Amino acid sequence: MDAETQNNIILKFDDVSISYTPGVNAVKNVTADIRKNSITAIMGPSGCGKSTLLRAVNRMHELYPHITTTGKILINGIDILKTDPIKVRRMAGMVFQRPNPFPTMSIYQNVIAGYSLNGINLPKQEKDAIVEECLRNVGLWDEVKDSLNKKGTFLSGGQQQRLCIARALALKPDVLLMDEPTSALDPIATNRIEDLLVGLKDQLTIVIVTHNMSQAARISDYSMFMYLGDLVEFDSTQKMFTNPNDKRTEEYLNGRFG
Amino acid sequence: MENKLKIRKFKDKAFFIAVCAFSALAAVPLVAIIVKVVMKGYKQLNMDFFTETSPTTFEAMIAKASGSLIPGGVLNGLTGTLIMVGIAAVISIPFGIMCGVYLSEKPKAAFSGLIRFLSELIQGIPSIIVGMIVYSWIVLPLGSYSALAGGVSLAIMMLPLVIRSTEETLKMLPSSLKEAGLALGCSYKSVILKILLPSAAGGLFTGVLLAISRVMGETAPLMLTALGSTLVNWDVTAPTSALPLLIWEFYNDPNLVDMIWSSSLLLLVIVLLLNLAAKAIVNKRRTA
Repeated sequence: MDAETQNNIILKFDDVSISYTPGVNAVKNVTADIRKNSITAIMGPSGCGKSTLLRAVNRMHELYPHITTTGKILINGIDILKTDPIKVRRMAGMVFQRPNPFPTMSIYQNVIAGYSLNGINLPKQEKDAIVEECLRNVGLWDEVKDSLNKKGTFLSGGQQQRLCIARALALKPDVLLMDEPTSALDPIATNRIEDLLVGLKDQLTIVIVTHNMSQAARISDYSMFMYLGDLVEFDSTQKMFTNPNDKRTEEYLNGRFG
Repeated sequence: MENKLKIRKFKDKAFFIAVCAFSALAAVPLVAIIVKVVMKGYKQLNMDFFTETSPTTFEAMIAKASGSLIPGGVLNGLTGTLIMVGIAAVISIPFGIMCGVYLSEKPKAAFSGLIRFLSELIQGIPSIIVGMIVYSWIVLPLGSYSALAGGVSLAIMMLPLVIRSTEETLKMLPSSLKEAGLALGCSYKSVILKILLPSAAGGLFTGVLLAISRVMGETAPLMLTALGSTLVNWDVTAPTSALPLLIWEFYNDPNLVDMIWSSSLLLLVIVLLLNLAAKAIVNKRRTA
């Protein structure tokens, strides 16, 4: 790999293995480089380890002490497994499968939660600016600007998910991890979020786990195909969907298993 | 065939009637209690009942002889109950909630098992024994019966209830809420204090209300700790009265028998109101 591409790497998996039970790896020796300002889709049948890999990046696995992660994961060259998890999670924001706005907080408070919960007190003007910018980024501003003090849980599912994306964006992460963010949404809400992700590409790098192959084809620049914990194939989305190297990838993409 | 079907239908019907009948029977005691207490108690319920302290046997005797109502009220019991339940709440709520947080965060840890076991044991200890223990812990060293001792004994009785309700409420929160907080780079402390506990506030409040209504009627431990008093007493180191203690005192004085029913009615109404409030909160949370 030449130096220029090397500079372009924001997220690096180096021989990453993750296990839920000792001796059984749910993710096996994954090595991959994710390029800056790209959208990378992780695909594969249920149980192939794609969410597990994604959640390792912002160290969500630490909630569950029986999960062990080995290998190296680098964001901007920093080994995140050796960094304070709080710092890691500021670099890598996460959006979950089901929208999960904080039920006790208003829309405004939800967007700014990354600051307020961490005890960072910004001046009101600055907070207003962040809230407006993030809500505009996710295309929610015009819909909610008159009801910023309403609870976030009053919004529709698609709006809630966009609110959650805004909440993650507010901390200006380098990487946005998305774990099947549209699987709980209807097609219209899904479309809006897909458009939004493509628009966000110049601000950050997105890694998205998806079950939806056409979604991966529509929005991603690069695709990973995982099967039984192995990273089978990792290439540009175009190459993968037109001319995959591995027979398993081809079969999966053609709907023959999974 | 036709006949068999008929028999089955008949059996079904008989079973259903039996279920209804037994359910109705189960409600009989409750209805009987409420009717009896209301019928016998409402007469004494006037303004004085809430603003005066308990009457002496002599006052009651004179009033009865002239055919009028017993003078005086239960103000000393009301204030005493307020103080002691207050002390119990101040002690048991923070400890109970912290314990509940620990149990829901580390459900499988050995220490959690121990806490859960101990808290169940405390719940099973007869209340008179709790009173004895607190008597030896606080009444003997201080040299006096006191509201403090009464409050502590009620706190011990409340603690397992608060622990249990906190654990159950927190367990019902989706784990995605916690993950969302952590994913924003929050510390564990702020996830618990600023996300989980506020989200569980309604359930925690309900649990506390039920626990309060449960210990409010406790009499046995208060006999050995607060003793009782005929005065309105705000000093937590002095003997203090409480509503259930007054009921017991009225029972022991033939002249004051009429007061039993009205103070029982008051206690019953307060406890029922607390229960209804708790229910209302639960229902509101469900619909919200």
